[in-house]
Amino acid sequence: MSQPSPLSPAIIARSRAAEQVAQWRPGLAESCRHSEIFASAAEASGAGLALALALDASLDTSDERAWLWVQDKAARRLGGRPYRPGLPRGLRHRLIHVAADSAQDALFALEEGLRCRDLAFVIGEIAGNPRALGFTASRRLSLAAERHGVPLWLVRLDAARDLGSARLRWETRSAPSLPPRWNAAAAGAPAWQAELFRAHTYQPGRWVLRQAAGQGGALLAEGLRQAQPERDLDLNPAIRSA
Amino acid sequence: MPPRRILAIWLVRLALDRWRLAEGCDEGAGDDAAPLALIADTAHGPRLASVNRAGTAAGVRAGTMLADARALCPGLVVRPSDPVGDLAFLERLALWAQRWGRSSALDPPDGLVVDTSGVAHLFGGEAALLADAARTFAQRRLAVRMAIAPTAGAAWALAHHGPANAILGADEDAATRLAQLPVAALRLDDDVVLLLRRLGLKRLGDLAGIDRPALARRFRNRRSAAANPLIRLDQLLGIVPEPLLPVVAAEIPLVQRRLMEPIRHRELLDRVLADLAADLARVLEGRALGARQLELGAWKVDGEVIVRRLELAAASRDPAHIVRLFAARLDDIDAGFGIELVRLRVPWAEPLALDQADLEEPGSERGAEQHGTSLATCIDRIAVRLGEGAVRRPVLHASHIPERAQRWQSPLLPAPPAQDQLAFHARPLKLLDRAEPIAVLYATPDGLPRRFRWRGAVHEIARAEGPERIAPEWWRERGTARLRDYYRIEDDAGARYWIYRLGLAGDGRGGAPEWFLQGLCA
Repeated sequence: MSQPSPLSPAIIARSRAAEQVAQWRPGLAESCRHSEIFASAAEASGAGLALALALDASLDTSDERAWLWVQDKAARRLGGRPYRPGLPRGLRHRLIHVAADSAQDALFALEEGLRCRDLAFVIGEIAGNPRALGFTASRRLSLAAERHGVPLWLVRLDAARDLGSARLRWETRSAPSLPPRWNAAAAGAPAWQAELFRAHTYQPGRWVLRQAAGQGGALLAEGLRQAQPERDLDLNPAIRSA
Repeated sequence: MPPRRILAIWLVRLALDRWRLAEGCDEGAGDDAAPLALIADTAHGPRLASVNRAGTAAGVRAGTMLADARALCPGLVVRPSDPVGDLAFLERLALWAQRWGRSSALDPPDGLVVDTSGVAHLFGGEAALLADAARTFAQRRLAVRMAIAPTAGAAWALAHHGPANAILGADEDAATRLAQLPVAALRLDDDVVLLLRRLGLKRLGDLAGIDRPALARRFRNRRSAAANPLIRLDQLLGIVPEPLLPVVAAEIPLVQRRLMEPIRHRELLDRVLADLAADLARVLEGRALGARQLELGAWKVDGEVIVRRLELAAASRDPAHIVRLFAARLDDIDAGFGIELVRLRVPWAEPLALDQADLEEPGSERGAEQHGTSLATCIDRIAVRLGEGAVRRPVLHASHIPERAQRWQSPLLPAPPAQDQLAFHARPLKLLDRAEPIAVLYATPDGLPRRFRWRGAVHEIARAEGPERIAPEWWRERGTARLRDYYRIEDDAGARYWIYRLGLAGDGRGGAPEWFLQGLCA
């Protein structure tokens, strides 16, 4: 970019609206185009949460566009490839998977995906802190996502919290699930402990996020430590319920 | 709808006629006067592919080994045969033969089939058509035998084994007319012809004398038409349809630039490539086509050719897109003393209707920057940099084994029809490329591990669901393959995994059962 782009009116309006909310809650992901999720590579919590947030952001729309899942080699080796029968029901037939060898190639594919108007959203999985993924690369992704309106969830496997320009930065790991209705001894619907440690427009906070039972169910949040107890999320009528 | 009339043309000595035309000598004159054979190299040495008239008179026959033939006829002259060239010649001849019919098909290695339905009156009748064809082939100095019949099978039989220029009328009884032809007229494989001869069935009429169920039982496991005389007989009589695959002339769109001064620099090559892409877009637009495969050839002054191929995810003729894709592939070109000719071909094109171009600066990089790229463009750009197999889409495959239930295919191909997964089969979000063995530290009495070690970390199982037993696919695997019992587990920290036990204790297919971790659940 030769000259810095001024903030678009939409972003300013969004930030104003967000100032009034001040606290993140499910259903607000619309306002953010670039999120980073730090997760352990020994569990699928990062990709699971990214998909849940993507579903949460596009729950109302009947979007039939494809979506992109980019993985670099280390991410594939550590966490495996996406498995179509296990993906959420509304998403599994629209997946396009990119198997990149290096982090550079993965970043290139992510950026090309963000510039594509026919993609609903983009999910990236990059393991560790590669040299190619510095602040500049992160900023490029943010700009491309903002410019073309394609949301990006970048999952960082086993990575340290380095510099990044993502609007929302999460740290997540799996949380024990609620016992399902019919078999209390079985694992239930996915749940994650998510910490929002850096956000442009929201206050940081920690939640237990649960996916409602059933495929592609709504995302529910339980506050672990609320900054403002009077705005208890469970009492807020704006929260979606399953 | 006029009755179906098929003209079969058999080029009796195709390879020899081609050789003679290439040598420019008449039959029986020049090199052809002495015994001569065309040879093909086989695993056991050179073998005679075809023999000329003088060679046949000297007792040499096609199909014998060259060493044996030399023993019979020491003066035998040999030349290499050219089956690929013969086939290409036959293809051109098939197009040329469409002067006598609506469509034509190949009958390799040395035949043609022309559909002359409703055409004969233009030549003054079928006999006149055959005479015209015979005259024209004689002018080209190709020896042919021809026949016209209602079916391709009957026409082939008459052309190969019937009288010269035979015509089988639409209202004639094919069975009685063809009864005296040998069984080889059925276009059968050699071993089937040999079998029929050993059974004492030498003529087509002999087959009619046998009960049909008896023949059907004798050849019940012969599925292909060339191995089953009953199917061939039905095709010959027109009871079973035999579709012909018509030969259609296709012209490959091609643009090229001859350069007055050989170019040695990349900027000039980019300039030429942009011009070529614009030319190609015009050519393709005129034919309402889009390129799926592109081939760029650069001829160098010092006699070398550089070829770069690329394949597009969807048909396109956007010049900016083509230039951008090739730009990534031209970095390693060595121009040497210069490039004097650049050519862009489209070996594979698909129909692409006219569409609305971008209003401002059509096809430019700025347009893509403003409005985003299309999905096909995005996939092309990624695939050119990351390689062909990098961009894939998972599709279901009919298999019980989880790692085989998913296959990867090109992203814009339509998904093959498949049965959807059952909703009560809980599957993991991600599957490891190879299931990783886990060490069970402590197992409960019912066999499920209580505590296990995976990648150096100890996991305590808090909750589990299972087993879901998946038996080996005995029709695909060896008999010693072991079954798998899958469990969906959650450890004390909340991580959810998909693990399985390979085999049962005492199933006689190996030692103690092993445990593996295969999938990570969300």
